[in-house]
Amino acid sequence: MTPRVPGPRGPVIDRRRLLQMSAAGASAAALAAAGVLPARPARAVETSARIVIVGAGAAGLSMASRLADRLDGATITIVDARRRHLYQPGFTLVAAGLKDKAYPISRTEDYLPRDVEWIEESAEEIDPEARKVVTEEGREIAYDYLVVAAGIDLDYDAIDGMETGRIGQEGLGSHYHSPEAAWATWREMSRFTQLGGTGLFLRPATEMKCAGAPLKYTFMTDDWLRRRGTREKSTIIYAAHSGSLFSVPIVHEKVRMLFQDRGFDARYNHVMTGIDLGKKEAVFDTPDGEQTIGYDFINVIPPMRAAKVVRDSPLPWQEGPFAADGWMEVDKHTLRHARYPNVFGVGDIAGVPKGKTAASVKWQVPVAADHLIADIAGTTSPMSYDGYTSCPLITQMGRAMLVEFDYDNNLTPSFPGVVAPLEELWVTWVMKTIALKPTYIAMLRGDA
Amino acid sequence: MESFDPAVFLAVFLEMMGSIFWVLLAVALLGLAGFAWVVWRERTLHSRRLIRAEILGVLGGFGALALMAYVTVSGFTDAGGPVDWLLIGVIWGMGLVGTTILSYAVMGVFDCLTGRCAERPQTG
Repeated sequence: MTPRVPGPRGPVIDRRRLLQMSAAGASAAALAAAGVLPARPARAVETSARIVIVGAGAAGLSMASRLADRLDGATITIVDARRRHLYQPGFTLVAAGLKDKAYPISRTEDYLPRDVEWIEESAEEIDPEARKVVTEEGREIAYDYLVVAAGIDLDYDAIDGMETGRIGQEGLGSHYHSPEAAWATWREMSRFTQLGGTGLFLRPATEMKCAGAPLKYTFMTDDWLRRRGTREKSTIIYAAHSGSLFSVPIVHEKVRMLFQDRGFDARYNHVMTGIDLGKKEAVFDTPDGEQTIGYDFINVIPPMRAAKVVRDSPLPWQEGPFAADGWMEVDKHTLRHARYPNVFGVGDIAGVPKGKTAASVKWQVPVAADHLIADIAGTTSPMSYDGYTSCPLITQMGRAMLVEFDYDNNLTPSFPGVVAPLEELWVTWVMKTIALKPTYIAMLRGDA
Repeated sequence: MESFDPAVFLAVFLEMMGSIFWVLLAVALLGLAGFAWVVWRERTLHSRRLIRAEILGVLGGFGALALMAYVTVSGFTDAGGPVDWLLIGVIWGMGLVGTTILSYAVMGVFDCLTGRCAERPQTG
């Protein structure tokens, strides 16, 4: 095998060149921002290794495509009961009335490489000592290498009084739940913005996927209120779980200024613990004790934990900030498990700082795949993931900020001097609305 | 080395537009070929036809902006910085140039097929 020799994480120069090369500047920007990758290596590595991938979401499918492409003779098995594939970055657009309910939905089978076996069952148990995965039907699948991409569990049960069956009724929204719930949330948000009142927004205190989405949704609700002439008789409250609005300090400051500009009531160190759906009141744990906030519309974003199959396995961190919710103990630069070197964790399940986003997947998967393939080939991989992720942070309908950052809270703009990272721009909105989903789909197929 | 891969571009554009991508590509290539054929045939740019094509091109530029506004559920009034105005200019310019070439080609081919080609300048 000829191992790939990676460059630095961000192909900044290439991205600039890419923008310059393209007459369609926005499309070029979108592609590069989403992470354009190099051509595939010409030679595949021959092996008889058995590789099991747990989870057929963005990370699992991307990994399956890459491994199938770069390995010859491997037995690759992907385990997931879900036949629907959900483009989760689209949920926010559905919940804002910009896309229809079907927009995020496609079929898992559409993205499976031909040589990958799909077991349509949930993984029930992972035994890294015995090197096997057990499905819900009791089927045991032995592996030489394991890739865990089992994702996140939304823990609605942790919110006292919450009933997901009532999303879309009586001012209750929760756009993370599903495409159907996102659509129901839009109906409630639309009704609310026609009448005005108190809109309540929040995020959980746990790790979460796409930490920008609660902010985006707040901005878009504000925009709808303004468009419908009901903003002046409305109040928008954003309950932040900590002392900041975004984990990257410079982004927090920008968002704080935008909140001030839009007249939002930001309340810090508010962690939602319960809800009274009848009274339309949410309960928060705060430094001053329990506080109740009434609402006419609320977008509930539940605590998030590692998928149960991982929480119940030996794979989570044993101590530290990622231990309580069961995130996988992986090296943050290689995504390799700290105690089981033949196991990798990619996507939301990885217990790494920052970034549970599709952009993170985009950059994690090639690194983890390269290390796994190097193991098979008996070489080493020099590839390293620096935590890069990106978030087109919508600040109104028609504008967004392209926020890109790494583990160290550095901004990592792909187009310095062209697309300013903290500027509200139409070009970023254009990327979000038309280019990111095609790029995401191409990523699933291993083409981007 | 990470580097730009045209295959990625193609893959993403195909995901974005589906089969329309090939239709647009075919129209663009036919337009260019038709334009080249008419210019070769006439050995000159027919000024009156060109002006008519440019007028249509201006409209095509605005059409491109309208199309972009439609597919992005937004519009140029959302421009927030210089790069947005650059993008708007690029979109308008692409609509202008594309429509001009295409309409010149269509008019030229029509003229030539109906025996109204501009006369070739005498050579030698």
